[in-house]
Amino acid sequence: MASFIQLLVSGLATGAIYALIAVGFTLLWQTSQTINFAQGEFVMLPAFFVLAALNFGAPFWLAALIAIALSVAILGLMFKLVIVDPMLKHGVLPLVISTIALSLFLKESAKDFYSSQAQPFPALVPPIDLHFLGAVISLQSVTVLAVAIVTVMALHLLLNNTRLGRMMQATAQNPTLARILGVPVNRMVLYTFLINGVLVAIASILISPIYLAKFTNGETLGMAAFLAAIIGGFNQVRGAIVGGVILGVLDNLSAAYISSQYRAAFPLIILIVVILWRPQGLLGRVEERTV
Amino acid sequence: MLRLGFCTLAVAAAVGMSSASQAQDKTVYMPALMELSGAGAVSGTNFRDGMLMAIDEINAKGGILGHKIKTTVIDTQSDAGVSRGQMQKVLDDNPYVVFGPVFSGSVLVDMLLTQQAEIPEIVGGEAAAITQKGDPYVFRTSFGQQFSMPKIANYMRDGVKAKTVAVLWVNNDFGKGGRDTFIKEMNSRNIKVVADISSESGQTDFSADVVKLKAANADAIFVYTNEEESARFLKEAKKQGIKAPLIGETTLLGQKVIDLAGGAAEGVKGHVGLTVDAPIPAVQEFAAKFKKRFNYVCDHNGIKGYTAVYFVKYVTEKIGKFDSKAFAKTAHGITITPKDEPNILMEATWDKNGDIDRESFLGQVVNGKQKIVETLPKLGIK
Repeated sequence: MASFIQLLVSGLATGAIYALIAVGFTLLWQTSQTINFAQGEFVMLPAFFVLAALNFGAPFWLAALIAIALSVAILGLMFKLVIVDPMLKHGVLPLVISTIALSLFLKESAKDFYSSQAQPFPALVPPIDLHFLGAVISLQSVTVLAVAIVTVMALHLLLNNTRLGRMMQATAQNPTLARILGVPVNRMVLYTFLINGVLVAIASILISPIYLAKFTNGETLGMAAFLAAIIGGFNQVRGAIVGGVILGVLDNLSAAYISSQYRAAFPLIILIVVILWRPQGLLGRVEERTV
Repeated sequence: MLRLGFCTLAVAAAVGMSSASQAQDKTVYMPALMELSGAGAVSGTNFRDGMLMAIDEINAKGGILGHKIKTTVIDTQSDAGVSRGQMQKVLDDNPYVVFGPVFSGSVLVDMLLTQQAEIPEIVGGEAAAITQKGDPYVFRTSFGQQFSMPKIANYMRDGVKAKTVAVLWVNNDFGKGGRDTFIKEMNSRNIKVVADISSESGQTDFSADVVKLKAANADAIFVYTNEEESARFLKEAKKQGIKAPLIGETTLLGQKVIDLAGGAAEGVKGHVGLTVDAPIPAVQEFAAKFKKRFNYVCDHNGIKGYTAVYFVKYVTEKIGKFDSKAFAKTAHGITITPKDEPNILMEATWDKNGDIDRESFLGQVVNGKQKIVETLPKLGIK
């Protein structure tokens, strides 16, 4: 039982991070039909922003804020203006290819400008262990889980309980009608890119103490988040959250109780089963778009 | 007559200038295939930097037999398929020898090509299988697993006095080779393997693996993963409060692992084939030079890269020409002492299979540093 609790909490913490990244995927898809294959690299990069700021002598909290600001500016604003806007006119496929190229560019740039070697990354909390029903749970896992839940709840409140959120919903559901009703659609789309910039930066700061900061981190994270979004439902934010959590927990439990050798295969098996049984994802809806 | 003399002089001057220019341009091509990105980036970068340092030193002193070493370092991306393609490309340029790769999986596919081309390959891989294929053109720069595992097994039996062990290994050629050899050595010493757990190259979450290791309740845990995975595992092991001693090889005790794992590496023990903390002045001088130039602490791969170049220099000067086949023939059975070539750092012998033998060490992580607690003698291979 103790082992199960440990695995569950650890899986939930990892899954919560996957969920944050997957939510970003769905937001961009919902508002602008952008499938961002550089999303993993978007999570990798802010960790290096933090390390660079720390090297300049900034305290961790300031370095984290700088990383979030840079992430919003570069991975949100610049990404939209320089890549998405010019490419989207030519259809989804050229944009997909552009994001694949961007992912390679970001990965190689991080390697060249920083290092090819993994870098230690400061933890958010001290290495304290909590004991619960015989299980040893690190404060770090609990913190990761808590921050991810607060972030998702804040996003949920923004989207459902504010005027801005409702305008973003309207933009996602029917941009033409939203425009007729006076919603500044372009600005709403921009906001989703900025929100994605915040989400990836938070995910990066949460996961880098565990993963270590490395230029290849995006490969694993991007794939996991993409799978999570498909499993949960690409057209639903709550689907992405559920998909992320399922993936994180199942990965841990399957490695412990079934086979560690085949752990990489389990997410793909789940994906295949979901696609066969419910192609729109667990919580997705057919041909509906909403944030 | 005067005009004829002038022409002769002009031709002679032109020929002379051309010869001088050729002498200045005399180079020997020794490319390197390294893991500069992907899971092996730490290993490959260290090997490359050690190698480049040696090449610069040798070139500054006039090169080998008057030829400057010309090199290109190509990234294998820690991928055996990419490595094979890159090896084919460098072999097309007629190299004298090839350095690398470090990952055993890449070496195992590349060595077929170098053997076919009859070009010596000086590798960093440690999988036992590399030198068991009868390839006369492959030479190691560190112990193969068939030499390091008996030393670890003896330590498990005599030092730790373990009756049961659990094994965590990385599921690639390096890890599988080490795991197979280790289990064989355990069986021969009547030590029971109670858990046999594989992990993935580049794995980030070790919570499930640590839960299984804890449940095995072994007297000791043998960890055989690559550097970054080792660091992540150590963090998780500390988090879950593993009490059994963690024993490993160089990839568990390297300074990079210690730095990445933070305090989680404290107390870890193991066999270290090569280390900058070795109580040998030449090694420590090399480590200081390396740190000054590259601004990080070199691991065992840096020593491999550095000594690999001096190994090539010594053998080439011994045969007196750049002849790849003669190199391979001469290098088998050769012993190089620091008296013969100071930059070989430690006396080393290459046997008929290309395996290397030299002193090694037992180490422990104390206060964030690797501390050598015992020096183990050469095995005395022929």
